[in-house]
Amino acid sequence: MLVRLRVDGEWREADAWEGSSLLSMLRDDLGLTGPKNACEEGECGSCTVWLDGVLACSCLVLAAQAHDRDVGTIDGLAGDEGDLHPVQRAFLDAGAVQCGFCTPGLVVAVTDLLERDPDPSELATREALSGNLCRCTGYVKILDAVRLARRRPGEP
Amino acid sequence: MPVEVLLPSTLDQALGSLAERPHARPIAGGTDLMVALNRGDERPEAIVDVSRLAELESWHRNGRVVLGAGVTYSRILADSPGDDALTEAARAVGSPQIRNRGTVGGNLGTASPAGDLIPVLAARDADIELVSSAGSRSLPWHEFLTGPKSTAIAPGELIAGASWPTPAGPSTFAKVGPRNAMVISICSVCVQIDEEARAVRVAIGSVGPVVLRAPDAEAFAHDAIEEAGGWEDPSRRPAETAAARFGELVAAAARPIDDVRSTADYRRHAVRVLAARAFTRMLARRPGG
Repeated sequence: MLVRLRVDGEWREADAWEGSSLLSMLRDDLGLTGPKNACEEGECGSCTVWLDGVLACSCLVLAAQAHDRDVGTIDGLAGDEGDLHPVQRAFLDAGAVQCGFCTPGLVVAVTDLLERDPDPSELATREALSGNLCRCTGYVKILDAVRLARRRPGEP
Repeated sequence: MPVEVLLPSTLDQALGSLAERPHARPIAGGTDLMVALNRGDERPEAIVDVSRLAELESWHRNGRVVLGAGVTYSRILADSPGDDALTEAARAVGSPQIRNRGTVGGNLGTASPAGDLIPVLAARDADIELVSSAGSRSLPWHEFLTGPKSTAIAPGELIAGASWPTPAGPSTFAKVGPRNAMVISICSVCVQIDEEARAVRVAIGSVGPVVLRAPDAEAFAHDAIEEAGGWEDPSRRPAETAAARFGELVAAAARPIDDVRSTADYRRHAVRVLAARAFTRMLARRPGG
């Protein structure tokens, strides 16, 4: 079926299979490979996007449910000149990226957290990131990155 | 195989679509159905998106609490100050991403014995509201749940929500799992005190084919509070041993099995400990308690 949605500010459409997830549509039909495909059951958070501004696992959204809606991905965070979003910059500076597979989902989840709560406690941070798995870093550097991004509130 | 997808924008349209396609699956947050679709475990003939139906998002607290099927766990957390058990259960679900999408109706429709909201509804004697193009009906929670992942929903029907008498007293919910997020419970407990009816109600999840109540534990709790004079004066707590005995009676009502998440023995042990703690916490939440 023809699904039309706005991704990172740009209207896109694709003839997606009716049972397809939003994640499959973004990656396979639109070639937008920022959101990663890992568990396909909402467990790992690597496919995390915003759907109408609300944090969601795109693997658990039926593509058709996103019809006429607004989707935000990791690819919408950096500026037009390629200047990184403060959260992306903090991940780099803190060494919070190893294999990088979980990074798009985590950067989106951290950005969402800091937009809602610019100065989150350690506990609030851990809870906000509980839906994003990283199998490399042990999370220590990721939490460092959140502290770094929190200290450097920047323009989006 | 083609799947027909319908995107109704009103409840009437959705019910019309369901009436014409009795085997259609409704989808809201997708946190269960999408997993099955992604794996290829399910290929419904038709899917009806109910996530755009404003009618399912109502939530009133006017004598009776009416909680719409489309209300998400995140909205429960944002909007239910003062409802301890409901908030604790919503907070125990999944992760922020899952809580943003998963709904009351989905928890009921999936009807897992581990569904986190179900013990809360059971401890409040909730009714489940069903609608179809032919009308609506309401079933007590225990008639709605007919077995593990099985309900009394008829073809063409949609879950509209759940309703229960406004709780006249404090409550608490707790669950056990291997980590603090993204877990399907090993066991769960909700304890609710009804100060007007002078009753304690307890419901347990993940320790039987459906969520269960524990009538012997409820009767014991009533008597223990009465013997202490606690119905008149909440500062008069039952004896210290009462919580442990309450836990034993709750565990005796459990009918757990061994499965991938845990063993029957551990579940019985954990539900006993959890129920005893929940009883104490609920008593401490009584004004003056």
